[in-house]
Amino acid sequence: MNAARTASGSGPRWRVRAWFMRSESGRGYALLSPTLVVVVLGLLFPMLILTTMSFWKQEYVDLVRTFTTENYAAFFDKRIYSLILYRSIRISALVTLVTIVLAYPLAYYIAFHVKKNKMMWIVLVTIPFWTSYLLRVFAWKVILGYNGVVNSGLISLGIISEPLEFLLYNPTAVVITLAHAWAAVAILPIYVSLEKIDRSLIEAARDLGESAFMTFVRVTLPLSLPGVIAASLLVFIPTVGDYVTPALVGGTRGIMMGNIIQSMFGKALNWPLGAALSIISMLTVTLAVCVLLGATRWYRKKVG
Amino acid sequence: MSAPIISIEHVFKEFGSVRAVNDANFEIAPGEFFSLLGPSGCGKTTLLRMLAGFEVPTRGRIRIDGRDVTMVPPNHRPVNMVFQNYAIFPHLNVASNIAFGMRKSGLSKRALADRIEEMLELIRLPGYGERTAMELSGGQRQRVALARALIKQPRVLLLDEPLGALDKKLREQMQIELRQLQQRVGITFVFVTHDQEEALTLSDRIAVMSQGDVLEISTPGALYEAPRSRFVADFIGTMNFFDCTLREYRDGVATADSAELGRVRTTCEAPPAAAGEGFVLGIRPEKFQLAFEDAEATGNAVRGRMGPSAYLGDRSHFYVYLEGRDDPVSVALPNLAKSLERIGGTGRDVWLTWSDDAAVLLPGEEQAGTKREGR
Repeated sequence: MNAARTASGSGPRWRVRAWFMRSESGRGYALLSPTLVVVVLGLLFPMLILTTMSFWKQEYVDLVRTFTTENYAAFFDKRIYSLILYRSIRISALVTLVTIVLAYPLAYYIAFHVKKNKMMWIVLVTIPFWTSYLLRVFAWKVILGYNGVVNSGLISLGIISEPLEFLLYNPTAVVITLAHAWAAVAILPIYVSLEKIDRSLIEAARDLGESAFMTFVRVTLPLSLPGVIAASLLVFIPTVGDYVTPALVGGTRGIMMGNIIQSMFGKALNWPLGAALSIISMLTVTLAVCVLLGATRWYRKKVG
Repeated sequence: MSAPIISIEHVFKEFGSVRAVNDANFEIAPGEFFSLLGPSGCGKTTLLRMLAGFEVPTRGRIRIDGRDVTMVPPNHRPVNMVFQNYAIFPHLNVASNIAFGMRKSGLSKRALADRIEEMLELIRLPGYGERTAMELSGGQRQRVALARALIKQPRVLLLDEPLGALDKKLREQMQIELRQLQQRVGITFVFVTHDQEEALTLSDRIAVMSQGDVLEISTPGALYEAPRSRFVADFIGTMNFFDCTLREYRDGVATADSAELGRVRTTCEAPPAAAGEGFVLGIRPEKFQLAFEDAEATGNAVRGRMGPSAYLGDRSHFYVYLEGRDDPVSVALPNLAKSLERIGGTGRDVWLTWSDDAAVLLPGEEQAGTKREGR
C-alpha cells in the first residue's frame, strides 16, 4: 500500500504496481519465475515430446509420425520388458532398503550422540560425493573384481584358493554399488528429521514407562519418518532409472530398465519404443511411490 | 511426619568440574506439595531430574516409597513428570497422548477409553480426545501433560516449571487449579520453580536452593516471615537489611544500635548474637509505616528523605533515603483510601516507624549467596 502510494501518481503503470503489491500470488509467481521457466523448458517440453514420440513408430531409419499404440503393445507382448522393469523396481527397492538400514544408525548417531563437531561429521558423510559417480562405480569394480581387492585379500589370507566369481556382474553387485553411492543422500534427510526431535519427548516416553527400544518404536521412529520417506524417495526414484551401475557391474543378470531404454535410443535405434518404455517406467515409479506413501500413512495411523 | 515418600540422602551431582547439587539431604512426606525454589542454575532442575531418573547422582542415594531407586531407570520408577515444555507427542492426538503410558496397564480398550474420558473431565477438556496436540493452547497442553502423567497414578508427580510458559492471568488460574487437583488426587507433588510468588501460593513446604546448596526448607509463611539466612530473606520477597550491634537482650526483647536506624528494639526468642557483637536486622517493605511528623518518641522510628515512588494500584512503593545509607529503604503501603491524591513529594522529610515484632534477625556474617534484587 505504502509503496503503491509513493509510486508515481496514477495511470496504468501505477495500477499494475498496486495490483502487484497487493497480490500475494502475483509476488509468489514473480519469485518463482526463473525456476518456473527452467521447469517448463527443461521438464514439461521434453515430457511432451517424449509422450508424443511414444505414440509414433520407427520403421528402420524412418520415424513414422502417425498415431499408434504399438509401442505400448510391444511392452505387454514381450515378457522381457516387464521382467526387466520388475527387476529394476526390485533392485531399487532393495537398494533403498539397504541404504536406509545402513544410513539410519549413522544419522541417529550423529544426531543424538555427537556432541561436538557435528558439522565435521556431516562433511565427512558427503566426502564420497567429492569424486565423480563414475569413479565410485569403477572403485567397486576394482574391489569386487576377479582379481579385485576382496578376492586377492582372501586368497593371500589363505581363506580361498580360487577367486570368487559371484562378487561381480550380478544384481548383488548393483545393490552394493548403488547403496554406497546413495548413502549420503539418505543420511542427510534422516539426520535432519532426527535432529529436529525435541529431546524431552524421548524423556517423556521413558518417564511414562517405555523401555529405550519401545521409546524408539513409538516416538523416535514415527517422528523421524518424514526424513526416512524423503530419503527413500531420493534413493528409490533415481536408482530405478540408473544405467551406469548396472552397465558396469551388473553383468547380464543385472541389466535394468535404464540399460534397455538407453539401447533403444542408441544401438537399437528405436526412439518411439524407448520413449514408451520411459513413460511406462515413470508411471510404475509413481505407482510405487504412491504405495510407499500410503503404507506410511497407514503406519502412522496405527501407531497413533 | 509419617514415613517419607521421598528420601534424598546426601545427594551430590557433578557435571565435569561443576557441582550442580551439593549435599542435598531431606525428606518429602506423602501427599505434600513440595517446591524446589531458586534462581536459574541453582540445581533445582538437576535434583528433579535425579528424582525422575534422567540423571544419576554422583554420590548419595534416593529412596522413593522406601525403595532405593538411585540406579533405577525412569521407566521403572513410580514417579511421572510434567515437562517444562509439556513434551506433548506431536504425532498423536490428545487421547493417544494421555494413553501413552497405559500400554502395559492391562485395561481393556473400553476401560481405557473410559479412563481417558475421566482424565479429560478432570482436566476440564471433555471431548478433546480427537484433537491433535498442535490444535491446543499452552494452558491446554499443560493440562494434557498433567493428565498423561496422572492417569498412571504415580506415587509422586514431578513438575518442572510447568507454568513458566503461560501468561500471567492463565498462570494464576492454573496455580489454583493445580493446587485443587493435587488435593483431589492426593498425590505428592514436587514442583520446580524460580517464581517465589508461585512457590508461596502453592506449596506446603519449600526448599530454597542457591548454587547447588539447599539453604532452607520451610513452610511458605516461615520462609517469608522468619527466614534464617540473608539469601533466603532477600530471594523471597524484598527485604531491607541493616547492620546492627547488640546492646542487650532481656525478657525476649533485644535492644541494638544501628548506624542507620539509631536505637532499635525488637522482640525475639533468643539473643541474635552475644552482647557487643554484630547481626543483621531485616525489615520487609510492608512492615513500615510512614509518618510526616517526628515520630521518634513512639517507638522504633527513623527520619529519612522521601525518594521516588510508584503507584501499583492496590499498593504504592516508596523509596526513602536514610542518612549514612546509600541504598534507599523500600517501603510498601496499601492504598486503603479511594483517593486520587498520592502521598509523595520527593525530598520531603518522613519518619519510618515499625513495631517491635516487625523485624527479622539474621546472622551477621555474609551468606555465600550473592545479593540479589528482590521484587
